[in-house]
Amino acid sequence: MTLAPALGTSALALENITCTFVSRDDRSQRYTALRDTTLAVAPGEFVAVVGPTGCGKSTLLNIAAGLLEPSAGSVSVLGEPLAGINARAGYLFQTEALMPWRNALDNVTAGLEFRGVQRNEYLAKGNEWLRRVGLGGFGDRYPHQLSGGMRKRVSLAQTLILNPQILLMDEPFSALDVQTRQLMENELLELWSADRKSVIFITHDLEEAIALSDRVVVLSAGPEAHPLGEYRIGLPRPRDVAEVRLTPRFLELHAEIWHAMKAEVLKGYAQQLQ
Amino acid sequence: MRSSSSSPALRAWQLLLLAGLFLAWHVLAVPGIVPPIYFDDPYKAAFFFGEPLKVLGRIWNWFVGGDIYRHLWVTLLETMLAFVIGTVSGIVIGIWLALAPTASAIFDPYIKALNAMPRVILAPIFFVWFGLGIASKVALGVTLVFFIVFFNVYQGVREVSPVVLANARMLGATQKQLLRYVYLPSAMSWVFASLHNSVGLAFVGAVVGEYLGSAEGVGYLILQAEGVFDINTVFAGILVLTAFALVLDGAVTLVEKRLMVWQPRSGETERI
Repeated sequence: MTLAPALGTSALALENITCTFVSRDDRSQRYTALRDTTLAVAPGEFVAVVGPTGCGKSTLLNIAAGLLEPSAGSVSVLGEPLAGINARAGYLFQTEALMPWRNALDNVTAGLEFRGVQRNEYLAKGNEWLRRVGLGGFGDRYPHQLSGGMRKRVSLAQTLILNPQILLMDEPFSALDVQTRQLMENELLELWSADRKSVIFITHDLEEAIALSDRVVVLSAGPEAHPLGEYRIGLPRPRDVAEVRLTPRFLELHAEIWHAMKAEVLKGYAQQLQ
Repeated sequence: MRSSSSSPALRAWQLLLLAGLFLAWHVLAVPGIVPPIYFDDPYKAAFFFGEPLKVLGRIWNWFVGGDIYRHLWVTLLETMLAFVIGTVSGIVIGIWLALAPTASAIFDPYIKALNAMPRVILAPIFFVWFGLGIASKVALGVTLVFFIVFFNVYQGVREVSPVVLANARMLGATQKQLLRYVYLPSAMSWVFASLHNSVGLAFVGAVVGEYLGSAEGVGYLILQAEGVFDINTVFAGILVLTAFALVLDGAVTLVEKRLMVWQPRSGETERI
């Protein structure tokens, strides 16, 4: 745990989080997704969390977002305990999260509208953000008229327009094809390097985790998932996610982390088969 | 009412079928054209089924002479009022119960009972409460429309995608904003699916109400004609009602197309 920032100075700190779900029909049926998990993110740090499927990665993120209350443990944001929704965080969901009844521009500006920003002001900002994610002329399209990659860009603009200090990303690119995915990863890095938000990036893809992040945290297989280890990724920035994968240092890191993960992945896979 | 049904060839076939039906009606009903097939008396077919030319003549006289407008206005007013009041109350109460699980659990058996009840039997009570004027017909129509819209809204609110909801909350939506920007639009697609049904039932409420007791309205005209065995006028009333039901249904379709542009239609998805 020496690599993590001190909890007091971190942008987001999850301390000794335990999360147990109880079945609504049968109170004795319980499932502990996370046990004693501590994770801190420094200001401006890009942390990737990897782990086998079903290990509670999304649960961890929902707790950080304030969408889910942990059974035990505490969450603090910029030194203050979190109550309710984490207003300083933006959340990029794994599945479709755009409002299908709003066109791309109205989706991007939704957060500003909720905050009571003047209409002409938020429309101008919305158009600027659409241009920034490469969707300049697509403001009047509805989500069903956009491709999967375009919808992800709209989601990204929708989150970043609010300028959150913390960015929570739950396998945001997992549904995209490989080429679109690498493009999106590069764009994400470029947008992020502009003002260095604190990021928690959840993924099951170790290569993606290493290519993007400053630090990789490996979670064990669930139930009762907990961090197994963490690795500082010292690769120089700016990075190109396609090229960085070919560097010797990347391959070294990949081999090292994969070695630690392999047993957990097999464990998680075996549990899925049961 | 999609593009396929408005192509000229299809329209021509549809009109041809209509003409064919009227022709068959004319040939079979008017005495003296074909020998009686079922009835022993050649005039009986016309007595029971009317004669299309006389029926159309009656409709013509109604509209040219102007007798019909007062009755038609009353029936349409009852229909529209029942439709609007039933729809709005269905939306409001549907959203409320969908978001309040305890209230929903308490009211559940009552709503099921009210829905299962044949609500036309409420007509006599409404006549006592609201008199023989417009109000009792509107009340009857509302009881028919309300439940259709209510159940659809209830379902619509419950089936809001949890991810879309969580996303809106992360974007900073308050409880009130969630209602306006997430629950309501999501429920509206279900409401529009039900509006075609409910506009028909609003009509049923108005006409059945008039038929059971009134002094004006198309239902009243039909009742009067039936009393003197004037079958041609009965059929004329039925045709006029059908035509206006189609007009109302078309109006709902128009509104739906304007408001539901965000919904994918077949052949239009992924248009980039």
